[in-house]
Amino acid sequence: MEKIPIIKIDRFLLVSIQVDMHDNLALSLQDELLTKITATGAKGVLIDISMLDIVDSFIGRILGSIAEMAKILDAEVVVVGMRPAVAITMVELGLSLEGIRTALDVDKGIKLLNTVLDERENIDGRVTR
Amino acid sequence: MDVLRAREVPLTSEYDIARARQMVRAWALEISLGLVDQTKIVTAASELARNTVVHGGGGAMFLELISSEQRKGLRLTFKDNGPGIPDIQVAMEDGYTTGGGLGLGLSGAKRLVNEFVIKSAEGEGTEVILIKWKLVTHD
Repeated sequence: MEKIPIIKIDRFLLVSIQVDMHDNLALSLQDELLTKITATGAKGVLIDISMLDIVDSFIGRILGSIAEMAKILDAEVVVVGMRPAVAITMVELGLSLEGIRTALDVDKGIKLLNTVLDERENIDGRVTR
Repeated sequence: MDVLRAREVPLTSEYDIARARQMVRAWALEISLGLVDQTKIVTAASELARNTVVHGGGGAMFLELISSEQRKGLRLTFKDNGPGIPDIQVAMEDGYTTGGGLGLGLSGAKRLVNEFVIKSAEGEGTEVILIKWKLVTHD
C-alpha cells in the first residue's frame, strides 16, 4: 500500500505529499500523523503540498481537521508550498483554510513554527525545546 | 459545436476520482489550457466525481474535447443513477451538504467553469455538465 512518509526533524514532523492523494490516502495520513504526534511529542508539523496540483474541498477539509486535532495534541500545523494556481482555485471554490497557518516554503515554515512556539513558551513558561 | 473526441471514465470507487482528475488534466494540457484554468477544471472535476461516487452511488464521467467558433474546450458530463437531488436551488447554495463535507462541491465547482448545467430529480439520478473554454488570444 502507498504511504506518505512522516519525518521527524528536531521537535517537528515533516510530511511531504508527493503523490496524487486519493481520499483513503488522505484519511490514513491524518491518522498516522496524529499517532506520530503523540508518539514523538512533536510540537510542530510541516505539511509540504508543493507537489499537489489541486486542493479540492475534501483535501481542504482533511488539512483543516489535521490542524484542529493537532492543536488538541499540543502541536502547531503549518501548510507550506502551496502553488499559486492552487491558491487562486481554492479561493474561488470557497475554501478558506481558516485557522490553518501557511508559509511559502519549508524554510519559512520552520521559522514560523519556531516563532509561534517561542511566543508560547514566553507566555506560559512551558519548556517546549 | 463539434465534438472532436470523447471518452467515458467509469466512476465507481474513490480511486476513479483520482483517475478522472488525471484524465481531465491530460486533456486540458492537450488544448494548452493555462495553468490556472487547468487547475480550476481539474478541481471542479474532482468535486463532481466525488459527488458521483459518494452521493450518486457511482456512475461515469464523459469527457469531450469540443470546438466552437475557433475555440476549443473541455466538456465534462457526470452522470449517476443515484437518489437525485430534490431541490436543486437549495443544493446549489454554499454550505449545502448531505455527506458531512463542507458543502462547496456544486456551488464551488460552478464558479470554476464557464458553463454549468445540472439536471436532477428525486429518484431519477443526477447529471451535471461542465464546460471550460480555452480563452482565445488575439495577437
